[in-house]
Amino acid sequence: MSYSLLELKDVTMQFGGVVAVNNFSMHVNEGEIVALIGPNGAGKTTAFNCITGVYEPTNGEILYRGHTVAVSHPHGKMRKLYAGANADLYRDRRILHPTPDEITKLGIARTFQNIRLFKSMNVYDNVLTAMHLRAKQNVFSALLRISYKEERRMREDTERLLKEQDLYRFKDEKATSLPYGKQRRLEIARALATEPELLLLDEPAAGMNPQETKELASFIKEIKERYNLTVFMIEHHMDLVMEISDRIYVLDFGSPIAEGTPDEIQNNERVIKAYLGESNEI
Amino acid sequence: MEKEKKKRLALIWAAIAVSYIVILILEMTLRPTSMLLTVLKKGAIYSLVAVSMNLLNGFTGLFSLGQAGFMLIGAYTYAILTMPSEVKTSESVYKYYQCFITFDTGVFIGLIAAGLMAALFAFLIGLPVLRLKSDYLAIATLGFAEIIRAVCQWDVLGPVTNGANLLRRYIDLTYVTIPFTDIPFPPTLFVFIVAGISILLIVLLINSSYGRAFKAIRDDETAAEAMGINLFRHKELSFVISSFFAGISGALLAMFQYTVQAQQFKSMMTYEILLIVVIGGIGSISGSCIASFLYITLSEWWLRGLDMGSFLGIDAPNLFRSGFRKLVFSVIIMIIVLFFSRGIMGDKELSLTRIKGFINKRGMKKGKKEAEA
Repeated sequence: MSYSLLELKDVTMQFGGVVAVNNFSMHVNEGEIVALIGPNGAGKTTAFNCITGVYEPTNGEILYRGHTVAVSHPHGKMRKLYAGANADLYRDRRILHPTPDEITKLGIARTFQNIRLFKSMNVYDNVLTAMHLRAKQNVFSALLRISYKEERRMREDTERLLKEQDLYRFKDEKATSLPYGKQRRLEIARALATEPELLLLDEPAAGMNPQETKELASFIKEIKERYNLTVFMIEHHMDLVMEISDRIYVLDFGSPIAEGTPDEIQNNERVIKAYLGESNEI
Repeated sequence: MEKEKKKRLALIWAAIAVSYIVILILEMTLRPTSMLLTVLKKGAIYSLVAVSMNLLNGFTGLFSLGQAGFMLIGAYTYAILTMPSEVKTSESVYKYYQCFITFDTGVFIGLIAAGLMAALFAFLIGLPVLRLKSDYLAIATLGFAEIIRAVCQWDVLGPVTNGANLLRRYIDLTYVTIPFTDIPFPPTLFVFIVAGISILLIVLLINSSYGRAFKAIRDDETAAEAMGINLFRHKELSFVISSFFAGISGALLAMFQYTVQAQQFKSMMTYEILLIVVIGGIGSISGSCIASFLYITLSEWWLRGLDMGSFLGIDAPNLFRSGFRKLVFSVIIMIIVLFFSRGIMGDKELSLTRIKGFINKRGMKKGKKEAEA
């Protein structure tokens, strides 16, 4: 039996009394580009944070390649407060909540909505640091330079990656001094350095002009082919989303309202309503 | 590029070798009680502890104030282990207690054990404490250091720590010999070698993959975690390594002082070290070293006259009374913090190009002035 690469089952995330994501189920197949869209405050980034382990979902299960990565049910204070759906479905499961680094180790890398580069480091070190995850050295071998071969390989890989991403000429510059579009690219390059299978992009086109957005579309397709990636992204630019996604999920006020191919979504009435508001005919 | 790097590295090693030879020569020519040697010794010890604190505060971004506590553990471990067993049983040191540890070890094992003991304590304390952030971490570690000091003076532990009494007659700097011979080891050189090797190890660590992970945590915890760096594991690692070297510097301090008492490892000591780190520049190894020599020289030597009645040839016993030095010192520190808020070095390292640049700039300024005149 074949599994989806990533699967969310009935994921609910509740903060206090606010249900940010309600009963969200979805899946991403290997090799797809899937987009998650929705109006501001719909809970897209919250869903992302549940997948990457930043938040522990209040209820629901997350699977990667058919293996349970995270599972939870309302416990503690939430037992009384819980306002989402399917409260009893996961009651008997033992709670599993991995930290973000464990998720990254599985092969899921991410970028951030507001760019989070390592500020004090230059471009080269930003990427090199992300190689630490796959390094086999321990403190002593690193300290006494026994693992210098691995270090050399890491440096070569970094240079290769930077060249492929057209960032090599900036390698000695401070990461934060790059132009905005290049910082985005660097963040993606840094995510690629962790050798992911699934790349999560949180609004990669935020703050970009139409020209840059267009370039980004071909860039995402290109890295997907080159590194054998599956891409799951949050995005607001509809042109970009419609152009490159295979499938789209739509969230509104935390609840999933539609899923399907770009064509289906464009003609879906509920989606149009969510984006444009309902017309009140009297 | 590669060649230039090698050349630079060779130059650094040469500079280090020269400075060690200079120290050896100084040691041969000066009286052992000379002020210069004392300052050099204490400066080297404080360099090590400042660098170890910088690893934690400057490179990993953990604001910890437990350094004095770890130094105390190191100093006590070293003193208790290297005290000859005849001394321990002869009631000359352990007057009120039956000494519990009756064996003794050499200097090398004593130093390593001092580091390991401090590291062990750091590991245990780190488990709960490193889940805290910024100020809370500082308060927790500061509290721990005070607790350690109190526990060391506790009656019940007397058979091990000798209660609140002094520990002495262990192997101090004057008793260190060159291995396999009876020739005494030049004391200043010994301190420099131990501190030098330790600092070298810290520098190697900072420039390794782990060092980059530490810096990533300092820059952005969320991003570091998303890049697969386990926050807790790496913080614990940094904390343990930093404490290991703080323990060794505590042992060196014990060797330097001839006696050890828990009383002296107060939080004041941690502040002193923090001050050195801040003056030198948070995140700069060479800054910490320069600042610690500067600090020790000023407080132990050049400003001493302020306490003794005459300073720079001015005799004013009424003004220059004991305590006045501290006052002047505080003013100097305030000036440094106000006008050099990023410390002497900022987060940069001392390098040849930097020195050259500095001299050139100076030269140009001078040239300009002359031209104007």
